[in-house]
Amino acid sequence: MDVNELLKPFVRMLDAAATPTVVRAIEHGGSADALWGEIAESGFLDALVAEKYGGAGLSLPDIEPLIEAIGARAVPLPVAETMVARALLASARVTAPEGPVTLVASLAQPVPCGLVAQAALVDCGDALVLCDMAQLSPRSTGVTNSLAARISGKPQGQILPRPAAGLRAISALLRAALIAGAAARLCDVTTAYASERVQFGKPIGCQQSLQQMLAVMAEDMIACRIAAQLGTSQGIDVPLAVAATAKVTTSASAPRIASTAHAVHGAIGISEEYELQLLTRRLHEWRMADGSEGYWSKVLGQQRLAASVTSVDWIRQAVFS
Amino acid sequence: MFDTLTLARLPAEDEALRPAIRAFIQQNIAGIPLDRRARSWQGFSAEFSRALGQAGFLGLTLPKEYGGNGKGPFARFVVVEELLSAGAPVAAHWIADRQSAPLLLNFGTETQRQKHIPAICRGEQLFCIGMSEPGSGSDLASVRTRAERTAKGWVINGQKIWTTNAMHSDYMIALVRTSGTSADRQGGLSQLIIDLKAPGVTVRPIVDLTGDAHFAEVFFENVELDEDALVGAEGEGWKQVVAELAFERSGPERIYSSAVLLDAWIKHLQAVGRSDCAALVGRLTAELATLRAMSIACTARLVAGESPVVEASIVKDRGTGFEQELPVVIGDDVAANPDEAVSEELYRTLLYVTHIAPSFSLRGGTREILRGIIARGMGLR
Repeated sequence: MDVNELLKPFVRMLDAAATPTVVRAIEHGGSADALWGEIAESGFLDALVAEKYGGAGLSLPDIEPLIEAIGARAVPLPVAETMVARALLASARVTAPEGPVTLVASLAQPVPCGLVAQAALVDCGDALVLCDMAQLSPRSTGVTNSLAARISGKPQGQILPRPAAGLRAISALLRAALIAGAAARLCDVTTAYASERVQFGKPIGCQQSLQQMLAVMAEDMIACRIAAQLGTSQGIDVPLAVAATAKVTTSASAPRIASTAHAVHGAIGISEEYELQLLTRRLHEWRMADGSEGYWSKVLGQQRLAASVTSVDWIRQAVFS
Repeated sequence: MFDTLTLARLPAEDEALRPAIRAFIQQNIAGIPLDRRARSWQGFSAEFSRALGQAGFLGLTLPKEYGGNGKGPFARFVVVEELLSAGAPVAAHWIADRQSAPLLLNFGTETQRQKHIPAICRGEQLFCIGMSEPGSGSDLASVRTRAERTAKGWVINGQKIWTTNAMHSDYMIALVRTSGTSADRQGGLSQLIIDLKAPGVTVRPIVDLTGDAHFAEVFFENVELDEDALVGAEGEGWKQVVAELAFERSGPERIYSSAVLLDAWIKHLQAVGRSDCAALVGRLTAELATLRAMSIACTARLVAGESPVVEASIVKDRGTGFEQELPVVIGDDVAANPDEAVSEELYRTLLYVTHIAPSFSLRGGTREILRGIIARGMGLR
């Protein structure tokens, strides 16, 4: 299927429904029901569900651009997570809840969009458990405008088989693609701002120092996109090394990209009313969610050190196969 | 932004070349020590290049009627990846195969193609590229070497410097001024093929800080060339050079220059049984994998018939940053364990790469120039 055929209507829907005003209202505690209604009605939530179970039967690489689009618009709901959850639930013949589902690989640290999820698919080590979010007593992290939730309790509900690499790997891939999407948007707005903002009688983007910074930002953005695409290329049942590559590259880039975006924008970039912070706050959240670059580097490094082949051979077998 | 640079896969038919090139490499470089192999694409062996040509691994992207293999850039990626990651001495044919032959194919006359491309594919004609001059480094448009028209062709006067492998090469393709002055910038520049055995040509090797002499200075004193020396159109040299540089900047040689060192260090870690730096190994491995995917994505643009000038600059800038980081972090790790024995070969390899690493972001366009090209691609200049 042509990517644009899928992406265009999805982006049109998001642009109409998830405007910065809507994003802010939900972050401020407003209801997300209307936005969720629009997204659910679009039919995209069952994109990854097999055709025999009534879904679109698309693969993770097919919908990777959609996840980037979600990241680029700072959508304040676990849309990508719900897509994956619904696919896992469908193949286990478990009925999916109507509302947003978040993926939980660990109860120890905050879960992005935990405050707006209706249900959670929890990795309990030997199996996945689908439970109502209320069971996990979600509460605010206390971080301003963040929709991440601290959770606790013992998840109880329907049990389904756990993917070989667990939920953390697939969740990390979703974070990678979300970061890539936000990075692309930040590159666009930052470049545009540098071309418009005049200081010393000319646009600041004419300064070589800024051009060099923005060039590096573009390199990071491309690296994020390609790493996210590489990560998602093998589907939902992702090998650890593949997820690790995607998350290491995107998580390591995220703070650099946020930093350059803010440096170029100056003071206005850290103001609440400006769009930038909607994206940069999420970059940091996604970077830390489901394992930072440090976590995944260790996972990848341990696998690499256990193999007695050259590095190029190893990545060809473990990451590109 | 740069929307077409997306994940691409190496086709199975090109992957199929891998076992054969791998077997060839194993037969031919087994005896070369690590610190020689760390020379990567600066390791010179005319013999090795001729053997590669005989085995059909040169001119992979060139048409069969000129002695090439009729395959595409993906095939070249596979073969080059194997050569570089093994540290094969590829310098002799490198420039001819990567840049000169495609340039002649695109812009050369039929006579030029017949004269040079089949011999390049056999590994028998070695080329260098005359770009830098004493007064023209990053500001390439300021070249002053000048070719004047004569009754029989051209006469050329001037000087090139930092020309890789000039002392081993049969021909140079030089960017020279054929009209106007330096004030005309990119206008009035042309590319000429110069026979380096012609009277009036003097080549002096320059020794670098590692003791190698891989580049040279070349003097032209009333060197007479035939009419046929001009490549492409007179005055179009700049445009041709830019297209050529996309070939130079996009390949896997921009990510694998330190691959031999990386592997030697990992072997060392495995031998001493130390895993406290697993996170560092993982971070470097993830970056290598990402760069490989970026390089393949860039190759896909070549396959699509584009000249990915900006995309190639993105891959090269990031890739050379990685190549330069490796000796720094590996040096730290080795010396962070001062009571752990380090082999002579690993130590020499590490210090060789440490010392030569600054060249990675100079050759083929400096880091600062590349970032300027990227910024232009972003609409900033």
